Amino acid sequence: MTENKAEKMTEKKTAGAFDIRNVIGALLGIYGVILTLMGLFGDPDTEKTGGVNANLWAGVVLLVVGAGFIVWSRVKPTVVQSPPPG
Amino acid sequence: MTVPGVVALATETLIDASAVDYLIIGIYFAFVIGIGVMASRQVSDSVDFFLSGRSLPAWVTGLAFVSANLGAVEIMGMSANGAQFGLPAVHYFWIGAIPAMLFLGVVMMPFYYGSQARSVPEFMLRRFGTGAHLVNAISFAVAQLLIAGINLYLLGSIIQALLGWNLTLALVAAAIVVLSYITLGGLKAAIYNEVLQFFVIVAALLPLTLIGLDQVGGYEGLKDKITENAGVGGSASAAEQLNSWPGTALTGFSSDILSVIGIVFGLGFVLSFGYWTTNFVEVQRAMATDSISSARKTPIIGAFPKMFVPFITILPGMIAAVLVSEIAQTKAGETVEGGASGTVKYNDALLYLMRDLLPNGLLGVAIAGLMAAFMAGMAANVSAFNTVLSFDLWQTYVVKDRPDGYYLRVGRWATVGATVIAIGTAQLAANFSNIMDYLQTLFGFFNAPLFATFILGMFWKRMTATAGWVGLVSGTLAAVLVAFLSEGTLGGLSVGVLPLSGQGASFVAAGAAFVVDIVLSIVVSLVTVPKPPAELTGLVYSETPKEDLVDAAEATRPWYQRTLPLAGVALGMVVVLNVAF
Repeated sequence: MTENKAEKMTEKKTAGAFDIRNVIGALLGIYGVILTLMGLFGDPDTEKTGGVNANLWAGVVLLVVGAGFIVWSRVKPTVVQSPPPG
Repeated sequence: MTVPGVVALATETLIDASAVDYLIIGIYFAFVIGIGVMASRQVSDSVDFFLSGRSLPAWVTGLAFVSANLGAVEIMGMSANGAQFGLPAVHYFWIGAIPAMLFLGVVMMPFYYGSQARSVPEFMLRRFGTGAHLVNAISFAVAQLLIAGINLYLLGSIIQALLGWNLTLALVAAAIVVLSYITLGGLKAAIYNEVLQFFVIVAALLPLTLIGLDQVGGYEGLKDKITENAGVGGSASAAEQLNSWPGTALTGFSSDILSVIGIVFGLGFVLSFGYWTTNFVEVQRAMATDSISSARKTPIIGAFPKMFVPFITILPGMIAAVLVSEIAQTKAGETVEGGASGTVKYNDALLYLMRDLLPNGLLGVAIAGLMAAFMAGMAANVSAFNTVLSFDLWQTYVVKDRPDGYYLRVGRWATVGATVIAIGTAQLAANFSNIMDYLQTLFGFFNAPLFATFILGMFWKRMTATAGWVGLVSGTLAAVLVAFLSEGTLGGLSVGVLPLSGQGASFVAAGAAFVVDIVLSIVVSLVTVPKPPAELTGLVYSETPKEDLVDAAEATRPWYQRTLPLAGVALGMVVVLNVAF
């Protein structure tokens, strides 16, 4: 246990792709792309939604939010540090 | 909960999913497993596996704190409550959750985190010794297996209703997914998936609510339609459905004043404090943070999204009751065929609303969101169970003093065992749904005396080890007795001497448990010998140096990163919400 902890303390690096913000951003972004494409080219099913192209709107919002997460993790990267003693 | 009818191999599905929807669901599952694999690379010892190395930032654990509770029971149950009772269902959030979450962060968390206990039962062990510890650890472990099974069953029945899979197949497939990411990545995988789940849930339910609101003509239109239909077939009156107070339809009390007292003390104080402040499923998320400051902020940060969850669960339930013909007919007292179980129940409200309002594409996101919620609920139960089993039962009583790697292996096997048992309890839930409901009610009774014992033990150094277990056992028995004497709380077992039923009976039972626990704990403490003060450092308020309870670094940060100002803002917002609705 102590050996592993000691090893971790020496490597200080950014969390990179495993930063949860990148994972959230990627998933929401992919959903955004799919929904946007559905909204543009698919059946908007307006009789269900009451006239709104729900896929398009939701897709665009998801793209924006997803991009927001990725930008956030780029601007303030998480540094993987040693856990506090104890 | 519902009893499924005869399970056919390919049942007619409630919803028509297309290829795009399957693609969206498939992508979600790929992410879930991917997180498990990536988290597994960082697991090197038991603290990594069980407490995620105590390394997570507060916003991650705060969202996980909310998500761990945002499972099957919450989403389906709260939209059902919204459809049936209307606005009073918000009490489960603004009265029944937020105050307790803030209290946990401000008052209790320093003891949990500061004592370096690895679980809530372990804190019990240090403060009160073996008796109380065994009561707490065993009842918690058993309850988790049961609840994991209920979550799994709900997940399976949703997959069955939406995609037409056979129930057993759906159960096993769902269990394998949960099992693989928890065994691989431990608590970190569970927490990361909970955070991801939170956003998928919002992405699923927010458009659903907005489209629904648009169709009924906004909130005013919804009010008009609810008023039109109110009072038919035994449903509550418009005034009861559109005002959160006094909530008589919810509590079953005829008197307004008693109803308010029941909600504030029964639900708001005893039940919710018991649940939120002692339930290890929740507290474990805060224990996984990097500092005492983050641990305290976890439930407080969680309180902000939590207070808006009713707008995407209860509100769509209310909308479904006027927009969806099946639910509207059910509310008018008719029996309608269909739903996830053969007969339409309020629990189906959200599914029908999805069917009626969402185009393919968004529909896939919504199905993925529901599955995510149910898996995360089960994962939270399983990851809390394996910690308590490995540390509190196995390491403490069965096989002591082995190297750390041994307990990590025990934890992984416990996860496998818990999943297999959950598949069993899920089958039980499918066949005896009423019994499971009552068992869940019963386990709820363990929480109320726990809170009494914890809070007395944290602030009264005289409280003794004997008082610890006597209080827990007698408080639980008091709750069971009240439930037994009430009308129908425990089904055929309730004899109906007390004129209480429904939620009101639970509130009174919890209140009785709390009072009996406190009184007996004080009486027993006065006649038994307390622990020496030196053994109570970090466990009891008066014996712990004040600087151990706060994070010294916190004072230098801006207000929005400090515990108390954040809690104050959350409290203010909840008061505003209560006044507004």
